[in-house]
Amino acid sequence: MSGAQAPARTRLSGHRLTGRRLALIGGLAIALVLAIFISLGLGQFPIAPHEVWNLIIAKFGVSVPPAAPGAEAALWTVRMPRLLLGVLVGAALAGSGLLLQAIFGNPLADAGVIGISSGAALGAALAIVTGMAALGNWTVPALAFVGGLISVFAVYMVSRSGGKTEVVTLILTGIAINAICAAGLGFLTFLGNTSSREQIVFWQLGSLNGALWKQVATVFPVVIVGLIAAYLVAPKLDLFALGEKSARHLGVNVEALRITVILLVAVLVSVAVAFTGIIGFVGLVIPHLMRMIIGPAHRPLLLASVLGGALLVVLADLFARTAIANADLPIGMVTSLVGGPFFFWLLIRTRKSQGGWA
Amino acid sequence: MSDLMAERVSLSFSGKPVLRDVSLRVLPGELHALIGPNGAGKSTLLAMLSGDRTPASGAVLLDGKNLGEWRPKELARERAVLTQDNTVTFPFTAAQIVEMGRAPWQRTPAEDEDERAIAEAVAQTDVAHLMDRTIPHLSGGERARVALARVLAQRAPIVLLDEPTAALDLRHQEDVLRIARDRARAGDAVVVVLHDLNLAAAYADRITLLSRGSIAASGTPSEVLTAERVEEVYGQRVEIIERPGRPPLIVPLR
Repeated sequence: MSGAQAPARTRLSGHRLTGRRLALIGGLAIALVLAIFISLGLGQFPIAPHEVWNLIIAKFGVSVPPAAPGAEAALWTVRMPRLLLGVLVGAALAGSGLLLQAIFGNPLADAGVIGISSGAALGAALAIVTGMAALGNWTVPALAFVGGLISVFAVYMVSRSGGKTEVVTLILTGIAINAICAAGLGFLTFLGNTSSREQIVFWQLGSLNGALWKQVATVFPVVIVGLIAAYLVAPKLDLFALGEKSARHLGVNVEALRITVILLVAVLVSVAVAFTGIIGFVGLVIPHLMRMIIGPAHRPLLLASVLGGALLVVLADLFARTAIANADLPIGMVTSLVGGPFFFWLLIRTRKSQGGWA
Repeated sequence: MSDLMAERVSLSFSGKPVLRDVSLRVLPGELHALIGPNGAGKSTLLAMLSGDRTPASGAVLLDGKNLGEWRPKELARERAVLTQDNTVTFPFTAAQIVEMGRAPWQRTPAEDEDERAIAEAVAQTDVAHLMDRTIPHLSGGERARVALARVLAQRAPIVLLDEPTAALDLRHQEDVLRIARDRARAGDAVVVVLHDLNLAAAYADRITLLSRGSIAASGTPSEVLTAERVEEVYGQRVEIIERPGRPPLIVPLR
């Protein structure tokens, strides 16, 4: 279990970053940096790669030839915060998906599918429509957190019995929660004024459009702390795969772990949803793909999923803002376009290999 | 020394008593078999000894302290448990599963034994050739042996096994009981729930026969397994074939 943090000490292969794992994680990290760099240059206002590079190093005090007029603003006030928010949101969504799958013992758990995202969106919409600002910048994420927490607890209470979650029960619970939240969102849309209405509609589609530095500053510390905590509990999640009882027999405080993970999921999903709306399927597709490549050990899987989630959102956003000239497609639409067929493929593959999900 | 005992434990499920006033002491160096018909309360008693169930009255004490007061991690260094359910939710390899048995010893000096404990458990349970395979690709019997390897790798002085032979073929059944007896000879306390009376007679140092939630008899195999008692508890006539120098055979009369 301790291979990762104590390389000097010996041996257990469980969490060591070797071979395939290292290749995947390294490859994803490089791909993410490249995707960010390319994204910075592309858009309605193209910036040449060397200019992108110059504008970046200029921030670090290197003197460079002046850039084209408007390039600096396009890069630093529009694209950079948008990209960074995308990276954080993608990482948070993939991380939360992985945590959910581990604690439900179920590869289909995803914040969007089981209704946690819509619970968080409902909380956020409530803050917008009522114009609440009691906590300043933090009001929207805080209410999103409350909404997300209520839904994740509800799903957990309803769908588990005898320490296990049946796929059908989990998905049906998700349908029920999504329905309730959709009703709430509908009501708030009805109550709201034109501008908040528009905001809510865009939310349900998910968009990184108009991302601001102060939003990045709000999301950043929460996502980092949440993911570090997830990394710390990851080895216990491996034991959880043996079932609750066996995990307890191996020294895991199951009740404490469960609460910790539920809180982490609510935190990660709510900050992911608070400013960008519902970006679906990232938490489902990414951990699944990564697990197929490097296996289910949770520490390496978390690292790979976080990078993969960030990469997927960055690429989806690049597509969303460049696919149609002068139009900014909702990114939630793009990820669903990827995620829907992936879900189909998963379904067919599982039916073939084991006759469907029990 | 680890000293585990149940003191007059009782438990009911929805009004129906499952265990009534059962007392039992688990002794180091002893292979202790729990036998009895379906529904006699064997697995429930084992679940109490492992801390999974709390008795409604009475107490289960480990080194004089109620099991509920033990921290999970410390308890895991004292006792290992093999449950009947060996399913694993994600496709871990057999090697990863066996390694999980060492989890309670992380960041303790015993961590240095990890490799040896794992190698030994793998050799004993005859699963070395399965190490790179993932759990969903193993047969029920292979899975059961991998789970047993994990429990052995934990190297706890108390080992609780719930029907470890259920999914196994003849040879591996004997293997499992032989391993259990070796552990007992080495000074561990081993409790095993068994259905096969001949296995119990052949390997156990002590047998506790449960009947409808109470202890019908407890003692050495020849003390407990008499034809009259087996017939009374199981409702099946049997013949006990005594063999000098070897364990008796229990044969149902057909």
